[in-house]
Amino acid sequence: MFHSKVFVTLKKSILDPQGKAVEQGIHSLGFDAVGDVRIGKYIEMDIDTNSREDAEGMTKEISDKLLANLIMESYSFTTEPVKE
Amino acid sequence: MAKVKIGVIVFPGSNCDHDAHYVAETIMGQDARLIWHKEGSIGDVDVVILPGGFSYGDYLRCGAIARFSPVMKDVVRFANNGGLVIGICNGFQVLTEAGLLPGVLLRNKSLLFICKYLHLRVENAKTKFTHQCELGEIIEIPIAHGEGNYFTDPDTLKRLEDNQQVVFRYCDRSGKVTDDANPNGSLNNIAGIINETGNVLGMMPHPERASDPVLKHTDGRKIFKSMIRSVGSQLQIAESLVTERSL
Repeated sequence: MFHSKVFVTLKKSILDPQGKAVEQGIHSLGFDAVGDVRIGKYIEMDIDTNSREDAEGMTKEISDKLLANLIMESYSFTTEPVKE
Repeated sequence: MAKVKIGVIVFPGSNCDHDAHYVAETIMGQDARLIWHKEGSIGDVDVVILPGGFSYGDYLRCGAIARFSPVMKDVVRFANNGGLVIGICNGFQVLTEAGLLPGVLLRNKSLLFICKYLHLRVENAKTKFTHQCELGEIIEIPIAHGEGNYFTDPDTLKRLEDNQQVVFRYCDRSGKVTDDANPNGSLNNIAGIINETGNVLGMMPHPERASDPVLKHTDGRKIFKSMIRSVGSQLQIAESLVTERSL
């Protein structure tokens, strides 16, 4: 069994108004040193296979086809074996 | 003339499906039916409407999961065979996710959900969806969305503009396309686009909410009428062929 963690983020070229709004909140909290806040998505899933290659392949295909829209988003992921 | 058969796809979370059905059947006098998303086939229809709403709760991204509904395979087949498909609001988002239209609808620049009547300029009046309008005509149709900010890469945008695939643009009352008239941050004030072959249209504004005279706005009927006439004339040709063959 493997466990994948997928991080989906808006591409740098895409305006992220939600990130901007949160950044304003952070500034209101008094953390003026903080900038370039971006909001993304985090998805985790278990994959029932003994092969790391299969688990990574499936995670990539699922990310390409469903989890991210590559016109506006990019993604990265980690895949690790689950300790039984 | 035979009635035009209009299928309205119903996803879990669609909420403009009955409005579209009501306009197609009661206001426009055609033969409309609702098609549940689990159906493997859309059946015998001339026009498919992907209605507005929040399919699958807009989870993940608007339209991202609806695209995988069983019925969508047949909608894609129908579109690829030249069938008329219109996606309204969430339906537009589904069409981009399904790859039937280019680009994507991002979160509104203001982050606000915007629900109001707006002016649109008809940029292409030769399409199967707009031939009952005049080129440059200003029509008034409401929007109601949180993610309507049309975005695509520069090459695709240029192609859309060069091919006159931008069908509607947000404008002010006098028809000027300005930043102030852009409700959501869409590139080039884009409110609706059509595919290269001219049979798939996506638009964020809701023509079905501007069709019943009781609502005082009826510009949306021009879009329904255009679609019906486009298919109706084909039906008429088909009928005359049948008559000819049976002689």
